[in-house]
Amino acid sequence: MTEEGLMGSADNGVEVTGGKTLTKAELIESIYEKVGFSKKEASDIVELVFETLKTTLERGEKVKISGFGNFVVREKRPRIGRNPQTGEEIEISARRVLTFKPSQVLKSALNKGE
Amino acid sequence: MTKSELVEKLSNELRNLSKTEIEIIVDTVFNKVTEALKKGGRVELRGFGTFEVRRRPARQGRNPKTGVTVYVKNRSVPFFKVGKELRERVNNSLDQETVKKTDELSAQKLENVL
Repeated sequence: MTEEGLMGSADNGVEVTGGKTLTKAELIESIYEKVGFSKKEASDIVELVFETLKTTLERGEKVKISGFGNFVVREKRPRIGRNPQTGEEIEISARRVLTFKPSQVLKSALNKGE
Repeated sequence: MTKSELVEKLSNELRNLSKTEIEIIVDTVFNKVTEALKKGGRVELRGFGTFEVRRRPARQGRNPKTGVTVYVKNRSVPFFKVGKELRERVNNSLDQETVKKTDELSAQKLENVL
């Protein structure tokens, strides 16, 4: 038996058990179908949407998408960490991290019919 | 930044599109992500991050106010893992601010490290 047989149709990326992966390309495809721009335009627009989100978050500003969730930039103070293998202590520098807090709507959408 | 502010910002850059069209596009983006997650799939947006569904097992919970023990059913929760590019951009903005705040000398040092 080949690996392909074990993996189902994983190779072509369609309908793998447990759900498939949606990529930017497919997102662009659905925009293209919905609004009827050229593929190039649809692609540029989707890229611009994400670039705008990234630039905003980069500035430390939060992004609130109602019905979906909030992207929040959090400041982390420096702290002492430990290498779990050697037990050696090292300082983990102050950093800025991005967290996503899903909205109640999104959370309940995932638990419907259970 | 809220969704309507995002639409506003995009419409300043996409002069050939109406606000309604941009709104449809932005909604489509987030609806597609939600849909994919509902089906148990993953959403991979290169440079931005990955959305996926994680299972949380059933557990005995407690109402923190009353202390009453409640049974919490197993459930699915949305999870976002920030992508490399965005993670670095968000964190680098901190470094840039540090440079501004510190004196010339340490700014020089930091530059050498980067």
